[in-house]
Amino acid sequence: MNWIDVGGIEDVPLRGARLVKTPVGCVALFRTDEAEVFAASNRCPHKGGPLSEGIIHGQKVTCPLHNWVFDLNTGAALGEDGQIETFPVRVEAGRILLDGHAVGKRSAA
Amino acid sequence: MKQKLVVIGAGMASGRVLEHLTDADPDAYDITIFNAEARGNYNRIMLSPVLSGEKTYEEIVTHDDTWYATRNITCRFGEHVVGIDHDAKTVTGENGTVAYDKLLIATGSAPFIIPVEGKDLPGVITYRDLDDTNAMIKAAKNGGKAVVIGGGLLGLEAAAGLAERGMDVTVLHLMGHLMERQLDEAAGYLLRRDLEKRGIKIITQASTAAILGEDHVEGVMLEDNTGLEADLVVMAVGIRPETRLATDAGLEVARGIEVNAQMQSKTDPDVYAVGECVEFDGHLFGLVAPLYDQAKIVAQGLLGETGAFVVKDVATKLKVTGCDLFSAGDFADAEGREDIVFRDPSRGIYKRLVIEDDRLIGAVMYGDTADGTWFFGLIKDGTEIDEMRETLIFGPAYQGGDTADPLSAVAALPPEAEICGCNGICKGTITDAIAEGATDLGSLRAKTKASASCGTCTGLVEQLLQVTLGDDFQMPAPQPVCGCTDLTHEDVRRLIKSQALKSQPAVWQELGWTTPNGCHVCRPAINFYLLADWPIEYKDDPQSRFVNERKHANIQKDGTFSVVPRMWGGITNADELRAIADAADKYNVPTVKVTGGQRIDLLGVKGEDLPHIWSDLNKAGLVSGHAYSKGLRTVKTCVGTDHCRFGTQDSTGLGIRLEKLLWGSWTPHKLKLGVSGCPRNCAEATCKDIGIVCVDSGFQIGIGGAAGMDVKEVQPLIQVPTEEETIAVVLAVTQLYREHAKYLDRIYKWMAKVGLEWIQEQIGDLDTRRALIERFELSQSIYRKDPWAEQAKEPPKFAPLADLTLEAAE
Ligand code: SRM
Ligand SMILES: Cc1cc2nc3c(=O)[nH]c(=O)nc-3n(C[C@H](O)[C@H](O)[C@H](O)COP(=O)(O)OP(=O)(O)OC[C@H]3O[C@@H](n4cnc5c(N)ncnc54)[C@H](O)[C@@H]3O)c2cc1C
Ligand code: SF4
Ligand code: FES
Repeated sequence: MNWIDVGGIEDVPLRGARLVKTPVGCVALFRTDEAEVFAASNRCPHKGGPLSEGIIHGQKVTCPLHNWVFDLNTGAALGEDGQIETFPVRVEAGRILLDGHAVGKRSAA
Repeated sequence: MKQKLVVIGAGMASGRVLEHLTDADPDAYDITIFNAEARGNYNRIMLSPVLSGEKTYEEIVTHDDTWYATRNITCRFGEHVVGIDHDAKTVTGENGTVAYDKLLIATGSAPFIIPVEGKDLPGVITYRDLDDTNAMIKAAKNGGKAVVIGGGLLGLEAAAGLAERGMDVTVLHLMGHLMERQLDEAAGYLLRRDLEKRGIKIITQASTAAILGEDHVEGVMLEDNTGLEADLVVMAVGIRPETRLATDAGLEVARGIEVNAQMQSKTDPDVYAVGECVEFDGHLFGLVAPLYDQAKIVAQGLLGETGAFVVKDVATKLKVTGCDLFSAGDFADAEGREDIVFRDPSRGIYKRLVIEDDRLIGAVMYGDTADGTWFFGLIKDGTEIDEMRETLIFGPAYQGGDTADPLSAVAALPPEAEICGCNGICKGTITDAIAEGATDLGSLRAKTKASASCGTCTGLVEQLLQVTLGDDFQMPAPQPVCGCTDLTHEDVRRLIKSQALKSQPAVWQELGWTTPNGCHVCRPAINFYLLADWPIEYKDDPQSRFVNERKHANIQKDGTFSVVPRMWGGITNADELRAIADAADKYNVPTVKVTGGQRIDLLGVKGEDLPHIWSDLNKAGLVSGHAYSKGLRTVKTCVGTDHCRFGTQDSTGLGIRLEKLLWGSWTPHKLKLGVSGCPRNCAEATCKDIGIVCVDSGFQIGIGGAAGMDVKEVQPLIQVPTEEETIAVVLAVTQLYREHAKYLDRIYKWMAKVGLEWIQEQIGDLDTRRALIERFELSQSIYRKDPWAEQAKEPPKFAPLADLTLEAAE
């Protein structure tokens, strides 16, 4: 793991999302609770909808284009045949840490 | 010679160390203990009962003078330690230096003081020790107002204690709900409700800007310029490990004093540290349970044995009588987790379990915490719960009974709760009528008039029949809002009004939602109902809106957006057109199109450019056209008397006036108006949600038109002689629609349910009409604003949070 500080928790609204540009594409950070964040690919496998613009509920997000619902724990689309990639992320002392390795960034060292 | 042990701090952790040590071997050490407080060890966590008056200080002393004396412990209470020299192995107190063989640092933590102006004024206190507690008790003797900054465990215990002692207490909390680290929103909502019932005021999302006063505190000023009077301010915003001595002594300190699993300083094994002042493996500690584990390890170490401290989950309770809450375990990120939620609105109970890999990893409970210990056991032991998954939430006593009752929200209503708003019929009247033999909807309607007008309360009346008659009543299959509830839209709307539910967590809890915070279907609907019914109290939640309404633009299939500025009544001018052209150039807008709604659409704008293009358009006086909203869209007009040879009235002028009054308002679905100058109807007013056709004798107002998936012609609502009255009718019918319709019903669908006659009756009654307009105006005092300008003031965070691609290229 190579934890990278990508921002403060309060930069993402509760039940909102923000993007991080990474070598593997846009990764969306979903804030599902006061101190709970998930990271997953921003691109809906259906027709490329931007998932960070969706409505976030429980630990799920609904795609804004045609309402596919994804479980952010596993990345699985519920009731549809589809999957988004998820990435390790954690919140520590109010900062959001994303695993650099998983998003294709070589270690800083 | 006996080894010398020096202890700094006589708190809860070191107290426990000394107990273990002297019980095991009373003669092992020659012990000296310093304490900054002028007393020995007492049960700090019981300060709250002392504050509230339930206990006295004497009752919470754990180690009195005799205790120390019989163990030959030298007490230097009231003496601060000012230095440690760990090379020379000495500790220096205010009254002199002592040598040690082993040192135990147990300095606890210090309250965090927010660095605002006025923080040092007399009357501003923290909540940590007996002196603080006594200061609060003294201040409360004079009554007056107290402001507690911080809605966590300590702050709320302080607030409850001060309220108990007769002060008028306000709690300021920075986050969205109370105790957000231990509770989720639903439990936070219940806690808030119970505290408010005791007269404690709570302001969330409150950021303190300054504490005011000359030579004593007089008030608190918030960032949003709200001013609060205060005779006492209690700061309870958090704690910091008290590490100053250790840092000065050159011991390794991160956030706390760094120790190994034997609780020895990483720098010097003869120095132990215990309690809130330590950091172990990245963890800090703020509750006593882990400190007691640490104390055991320290005592073992001092006696030459080796144990190892391990971090365990902790459970939280709040010591405020009547606020029963429990929280344990982990709610933060982990993969493959699942929630089980149980709510019983009639008894104010909420329970949520978090499960991962067939094991319970977290639990939050409010109202009924009897099973807390059992759940906590399952969490700590990592018990497999596969077998009991279905019934887990009902606790250990579950023997196949007791399930969530979808009817309990209705059952819980008091007899005076209004069920039928049209006819002012309350629950008691209906249940009385049922008792007197009205056992179906028809006879109930005949007897009480309940649900006999607009009919939106039919579901509730049916539920009352079922609650009262049980199996004798056959419920027709209801159409619930979504999978989160069994209630219909109409029921939810009526319950929001009759129970005065003013927040989303209130709706989720009181109406028994089965999910923690709804879903993409119910959240936008509930958000609309709340803002329509409580425009002042409820704050619109952008996260419960479809992307278009959150970004104030229409999302396109490629993820870009379209931007449609308002053109009032379809009128524009050269300056506006120039500004649109300039914006199209500046932001490389690929398509500029004239819409079917008499205005211009800039299609293909990038998300991060939105705030900029808005501010450019704003400068030319152009505002949001709400082409994206469930709200007022367009008011289409024709040229009318100004130019047309057939025009009978100023249709353009009326259209513009209406658009300027209605814009910004949220409605159940989109709302489009048309105003035509004569029956030739060039503005297509007869297929709009509200259409006005001008005639010589006045204005024909029709409603319920549409030309989308269904093509509908308007039904004649009323004809009125003047422009003023036309406006009054349009505002009133809009408000009636806002207050009653199901989310995503356009006017024609709503009209089919409640009937044109009922709408005509409401609008025809001048008092009702006036009241509707007043409520519309009240709501518009909040919402008649340009969202583009509002967002440009504080540019929204539309750009990526971080860019990790740049460095990757090196
Ligand atoms: C831009 C525009 C088409 C145009 O190029 O002219 C348009 C574009 C869209 N319309 Fe429309 N409608 C537009 C005028 C109309 C009209 C004509 C009118 O208003 O006079 C109608 C029929 C009249 C009516 O509403 O009854 C119309 C009936 C619809 C419907 C069907 C509504 C219904 O109740 O049946 C939808 C779907 C919906 O709202 O659920 C819709 C939805 C849409 C959406 C928002 C689809 C979507 O959800 O993404 C389109 C957005 C395109 C975009 O990316 O910007 N649009 N749409 C028109 C914008 C008018 C404006 O200035 O605001
Ligand atoms: C009002 C209140 C309610 C609480 N309720 C709960 C609860 O319900 N459940 C729970 O688990 N926990 C609760 N806590 C937290 C709990 O009290 C602490 O976790 C615990 O007291 C920490 O023990 P400690 O020994 O590390 O520090 P402390 O008990 O704070 O002891 C540290 C001592 O060191 C002394 N000291 C500091 N610096 C020096 C120095 N330089 N020289 C000499 N002496 C010094 C201090 O004066 C203090 O007496 C509560 C705390 C408070 C204040
Ligand atoms: S008619 Fe269909 S395709 Fe055309 S703008 Fe309206 S919704 Fe889009
Ligand atoms: S693109 Fe996401 S559901 Fe269609």
